[in-house]
Amino acid sequence: MRHGKYPLIITFLVPPLLLYGIFVLSPYLQAFQISTTNWLGYSAHADPVGMANFRTLWHDGQVWNAIKNNAIMLAVVPVLTIALGLFFATMLNMGGRKGRAGVTGVRGTAVYRMVYFFPQVLSVVIIALLWKEVYHPNNGLLNGALRALGLPAPTWLGDPRTAFWCVLAVMVWSNVGFYVVLFGAAMSAIPRDIYEAVMLDGASRWTTLRRVTVPLLWDTVQVAWIYLAIAALDGFILVQQMTNGGPNFSSDVIGLRMYETAFGSESKFGYASAIGVVMLFLTLSVAVLALRTGRRDRIEYS
Amino acid sequence: MDRPATTAAETPEPSSGEDRRPRRELGVANAFSHGFLLLWSALTALPLLWMFLSSFKSDSEILSHPWGLPGALRFENWSRAWTEAHIGRYFLNSGVVVAGSLTLTMLLGATAAYVFARYEFRGRQAVYYLFVGGMMFPVFLALVPLFFVVRNAGLFGTWTGLMLVYAAYSLPFTVFFLTAFFRTLPTSIAEAALIDGCGHFRLFFRVMLPMARPGLISVAIFNFLSHWNQFILPQVLMQGDDSKWVLAQGLTALAVSQGYQGDFSGLFAGLTIATLPVLAVYVAFQRQIQTGLTAGQLK
Repeated sequence: MRHGKYPLIITFLVPPLLLYGIFVLSPYLQAFQISTTNWLGYSAHADPVGMANFRTLWHDGQVWNAIKNNAIMLAVVPVLTIALGLFFATMLNMGGRKGRAGVTGVRGTAVYRMVYFFPQVLSVVIIALLWKEVYHPNNGLLNGALRALGLPAPTWLGDPRTAFWCVLAVMVWSNVGFYVVLFGAAMSAIPRDIYEAVMLDGASRWTTLRRVTVPLLWDTVQVAWIYLAIAALDGFILVQQMTNGGPNFSSDVIGLRMYETAFGSESKFGYASAIGVVMLFLTLSVAVLALRTGRRDRIEYS
Repeated sequence: MDRPATTAAETPEPSSGEDRRPRRELGVANAFSHGFLLLWSALTALPLLWMFLSSFKSDSEILSHPWGLPGALRFENWSRAWTEAHIGRYFLNSGVVVAGSLTLTMLLGATAAYVFARYEFRGRQAVYYLFVGGMMFPVFLALVPLFFVVRNAGLFGTWTGLMLVYAAYSLPFTVFFLTAFFRTLPTSIAEAALIDGCGHFRLFFRVMLPMARPGLISVAIFNFLSHWNQFILPQVLMQGDDSKWVLAQGLTALAVSQGYQGDFSGLFAGLTIATLPVLAVYVAFQRQIQTGLTAGQLK
């Protein structure tokens, strides 16, 4: 039976390995090397400068400003998205408590789920361009409503005090539906009799959510946290398309800083790669942190 | 992580009329929860509905009455976006690129995953982790060297280049997901087939691939959406020649030119044209898409 196994292994494994090696592995490895050079523009000339890029980076106010914004996203987006996701998933899966008959979802669950999830399949570019128009100071949906109500109409994306928060809101908006479905799927795996027992004991909805549902969903919440944290460290497309980091860098993010450094007017490839390396370490440490702090015993239903 | 098979919407048993007090309290709570659910539905649907309606408005209607309905069904906005902003062409381009990249991803991903799942050889673990480790890296880090790798390979500004790069960056997740899936399939059938004299290649194409269909569909949906919505890679690797752009690039260009010309209705029409097919596919396959995407995250 072992006969003829190696031809298959080689034909099946070599093409994907080649593709992966050329377009994924080698760029990543080169990036580390480039980050220690002063490579500028499209010339072939690059001198090794050691850690100089990283030293410059340490004192680069624009990079710190972008990292600060990502840090705010990191603190706000996962918490808000998970909270809203859990809230709506609870409503949909067990909002309708029908007497003693058990715990059921509210009417129209499937329709709600379909509507909520839709932003997830839309391209982020479409979401960004659409919301840019929603926030439009003159003919946007938002200010149209505010004017009709006789309220003042802010400039939203044009105001350095609000621009960043407007982008952050869109980030939450586009993610909540996905986590409603994700948590909903995990909730439907929890045995119904647990909830029936909790109900008989007279626990309120809030207690049920906090003491029963969340602990039982902990694994899923942790996965959600990691993905949202990684998304919060990105935010490139939304920011680039909605504000391009402005006004006055108030909504800048680290991904946009890197992109502008590499492909903007200056083409500082060495410095941009150094920013990329920093991004990698930020992403990795956030993921490791989430896994470490969130570790709990896994609960298995018999 | 376990994927639940049951759905949340179990049929409620008819409730007995015994417990009246909790029921009234629940009535209030139900109204409350429905209120929030409806609010979020409105928040989600309203911008999209507004985009759709605005695509029929004239520019002056958009400027003076953001909340008003269009006075007429102005399909000329759509045709303007389709022809003048070349949304039609970009649509086709995206289709060509995704068709190629998705085929390549699925073929290479499935074959590699099958080897990792079913064959023992020296260094298997190491190669597997090398592959899957790519999931952890932010694509930004690779952008600069990737630009030169693609350029030196003579693939800069070509669809072939995009297809290969999309496929390469989708491989880690695809291999990870499908390896786990192939491991769950029973080994007895494969052994029986080999004893009956079925070759290793025939076994894969005739027996294992058909058995892995549910997993293949999930990961294909996941990859389709991520390739279709790809923006950063084409932005870097498909600069210049705008006749080869993909849809996301075309839309951003439309948004920029709309900014100069004030052609709001054209922008809304372009966005709507780009959204409708996704919406149609989504409504038709929403169950599979939802499970496919969420199963993708729960690895």
